[in-house]
Amino acid sequence: MTGFLVAMAAFVAATAGLGLLRLLRGPSAVDRMMAVQLAGTAGAGVCLLLSVAQASPALVDVALTLAVLAALGTAAMSRSGHPARIDAAGAPPAAPREPMGKR
Amino acid sequence: MNELLALALAFPLVLGALVVVLTTSTRAALFGFFAFGLFLALAWVALEAVDVALTEAAIGGGATGLLLLRLNARLHRKVSLGEPAGPRLRILAGLLAALVALALGGLLLALPEPAPSLAAAVVEPLPALGIGNPVTAVLIAYRALDTLLEIAVLLIAVVGIRVLGADRGWGGRPVPWPTAGPSPALVFLARLLVPAGLVFAIYLFWVGADAPGGKFQASTLVAALWLLAIMAGLAPAPRTGGGWTGIALAIGPLAFIAAGAVGLAATGSFLAWPEPVAKPMIVAVELALAASVVVALVVLVAGPPEPEAGR
Amino acid sequence: MIADLLTLALVLAGATFFLAGTVGLLRFGDPLSRLHALTKADSLGLGLIALGLMPQADSLWMALKLLLVWLLVVAGSTAAGQMLARFHLRREGAADE
Repeated sequence: MTGFLVAMAAFVAATAGLGLLRLLRGPSAVDRMMAVQLAGTAGAGVCLLLSVAQASPALVDVALTLAVLAALGTAAMSRSGHPARIDAAGAPPAAPREPMGKR
Repeated sequence: MNELLALALAFPLVLGALVVVLTTSTRAALFGFFAFGLFLALAWVALEAVDVALTEAAIGGGATGLLLLRLNARLHRKVSLGEPAGPRLRILAGLLAALVALALGGLLLALPEPAPSLAAAVVEPLPALGIGNPVTAVLIAYRALDTLLEIAVLLIAVVGIRVLGADRGWGGRPVPWPTAGPSPALVFLARLLVPAGLVFAIYLFWVGADAPGGKFQASTLVAALWLLAIMAGLAPAPRTGGGWTGIALAIGPLAFIAAGAVGLAATGSFLAWPEPVAKPMIVAVELALAASVVVALVVLVAGPPEPEAGR
Repeated sequence: MIADLLTLALVLAGATFFLAGTVGLLRFGDPLSRLHALTKADSLGLGLIALGLMPQADSLWMALKLLLVWLLVVAGSTAAGQMLARFHLRREGAADE
């Protein structure tokens, strides 16, 4: 069982490594972010498998951390708003009017 | 550790490094470094250093990654990296890098086997300290001075961030995340993750005494969650100086120094605490430090202040 | 015995979904299709792995933590898929460099 779980962990890690090819190639930023997302999810998977294989409960905490933070990178990227319709002069987008919470 | 596993965990790491170094696209390099940080956490797992893996996952995923993406967002147009270096410079750089790699490899292979280790000496006094995790003991009990200097380094970085902003914006709020409103999915995610993550962070803080975890990982997680709330428009970004920010930044190192002075008065050595008060003092200092680290990390990722309207 | 068989089957299925998701990420022709492959197949793969590990857990607490990891990844992947799709459509597929 331990050997099987370790082999699976190695497999998932290798799969995540392959995702880097998309990071290298992927023409748009979305493609590249997806590779990062894959790294986070696969990392959580590897940590889960190894925590059982090596009887190390702390690794589940690592997996939890990766799970919580997995989508944060995507959130940050999706808030990078330089929309397609940018000012013709190439000026950066105007400062937002939205209130940033309590001031 | 199984050789196959170590190889499989090293493979994405090396691939990530190659991507970052060899790519010509700035964005690919930025994202590649983000992925590299996440794979580095796996590498620490391969080296059986779970505390470091936890920290790397929190920092790489929560702080450094967000910092890189913030940078990516503010590159409004293609950034020219200047003229590419000529062939002679490249060959020289390549030779230097190869030299360093060979030296490191040689050193690694020349290490004595079994490695000399202080592990036994570290573990022995642990029960008296009431700490079960040797890493935490090293950080807060044996090498507390290093931890004090670590928060000092963070504060210097925060000062650097303040200095980067325009004079008119001194001490103001950071440049806000750009225009288009947050998608409902993001708001949902923030509403779900922030409370759940806070509970997990408190758990990490407490469990650090006896298992991998502790103040730094918990603080990084809280900082990342705060940044998520900022991105979802649910919380304001802290000002880069003055007011609550200043108090929060100062409270950690001040508490640490005060505790050191107490130790000086009580036992004659800075940061040496008499046994009965050691545990409560450690917890108090860690709480204060946690607050400082959280605010420092959020300020560092959110970036330099911008001039406020009407200032 | 049954626990071990369950683990074997579920973890294997999970790893297969992981592979399928990554192959989709690499081979589909359009970012939105790749997004489908990533957010659906990979989080399902992780879920199956987490489910498969639950019979091996030492305690109920540990099993619940495993489940929690999966739930968080599902929430994260779902939201991430939405955010990435909106971002992509907003930029109308304009490729960066």
